Amino acid sequence: MKAPAFGYERAHSVEEALLFYASGDEDAKYLAGGQSLGPLLNLRLARPSMLIDVRSIDELRECTQTPDGLVIGAGVTHAAIEDGAVPGPVGAFLAVIAHGIAYRAVRNRGTLGGSLAHADPAADWVSTMALLDAQLDVRGVTGERQVPAESLVEGPLATKLAPDELVVSVRLPGWSAAARFSYYKFNRKPGEFADAIAGFAYDPERGVCRAVIGATDGAPAVIADALELLAAAEASEAAVTAAGFEPGSFEHHVHAVALRRARDRLIAR
Amino acid sequence: MKPLHFTVNGKAVVTRVAPRTHLADLLREELRLTGTNLGCEHGVCGACTLEVDGAPARSCLTLAITCEGAKVRTIEGFDDDPVMAALREAFSEHHALQCGYCTPGMLVTARDIVIRLPQADEARIREELAGNLCRCTGYVGIVRAIASVIAARNSAAGGR
Repeated sequence: MKAPAFGYERAHSVEEALLFYASGDEDAKYLAGGQSLGPLLNLRLARPSMLIDVRSIDELRECTQTPDGLVIGAGVTHAAIEDGAVPGPVGAFLAVIAHGIAYRAVRNRGTLGGSLAHADPAADWVSTMALLDAQLDVRGVTGERQVPAESLVEGPLATKLAPDELVVSVRLPGWSAAARFSYYKFNRKPGEFADAIAGFAYDPERGVCRAVIGATDGAPAVIADALELLAAAEASEAAVTAAGFEPGSFEHHVHAVALRRARDRLIAR
Repeated sequence: MKPLHFTVNGKAVVTRVAPRTHLADLLREELRLTGTNLGCEHGVCGACTLEVDGAPARSCLTLAITCEGAKVRTIEGFDDDPVMAALREAFSEHHALQCGYCTPGMLVTARDIVIRLPQADEARIREELAGNLCRCTGYVGIVRAIASVIAARNSAAGGR
């Protein structure tokens, strides 16, 4: 239960972090809060040659409202989001989600971008950011690009990000003041990774109604037009089947129940 | 080995660590602060919970090298803290510990609950304690101890 040996560099800017990556070898990894990477290191499931610590990069902790929506720094902690770092109705929704992540001691260090880059399919931000149609601002050694949260995850702990690419911020579209959100996750103990996740985001002003089925074997399943699903609870089973779950299985059942409960929560709002 | 400068329980510490060394190992093995206990070493049990820059953290998931410039407070660093004194008393009174292995982490989490959530009821206290495992007490005494300190602080604040 002790981590293997690795090198360590502390970056104070995104440029410096990328420079450390470029001058090292490809087995280097970025370290943010370390709350997911830490266990993997201690269990020796991860064996990076070097960790590039990005916790001291101020730019990653900024959170700004723009005319188009919100930009949340990748280094903002779950605890900061729980305590209201993100403004507006979306921020209030994110605060509820953040409160349900692991435990306060973990939330004090774990970060939004770190969780997304780690890409555990059962992690809350993976599903939430796909639900909210977020884009990840990503910077690598050769340039920058945007990656839709919806298509970030390729499988458990596997993403579309190249090894040198660092998540800098998460960009959320401008959900209107009339937008309503709901989320339901099933886990046996508070703070555990979820067995099933489901959420709805409904913005009548923009004519957007999205749903997500999370804690799958890989990428969360996004239903971009979820009005039908919102209208009829019975549609939940078919949506979970379409997401790849085998009808009659425990996983199918628990995801269908989560989806129905998320729907009920949205309607109750 | 890399240089590390940080503060532990108010005292400046200058040392060298291997990047792989987590904070709990540095505190226990080198600084001989053995009040921080290690249980699972992957962030689940909460035994190693201490304070980094005023907020609870898992010392098994905190690499010592990342604590450059940080203020670390272990269970040995709360002797003069009135909230911790009240919690120690309450833990004793409500039989909130038996073997004591979880207690340092439990107390640090309890103190955070008392200060951050002065309105916490029993359900909220239990939810907040989900990240600290106790295999002796069944939590009843721990929850009562924390609730009693919250109640005492609230009545003291109300009577002022």
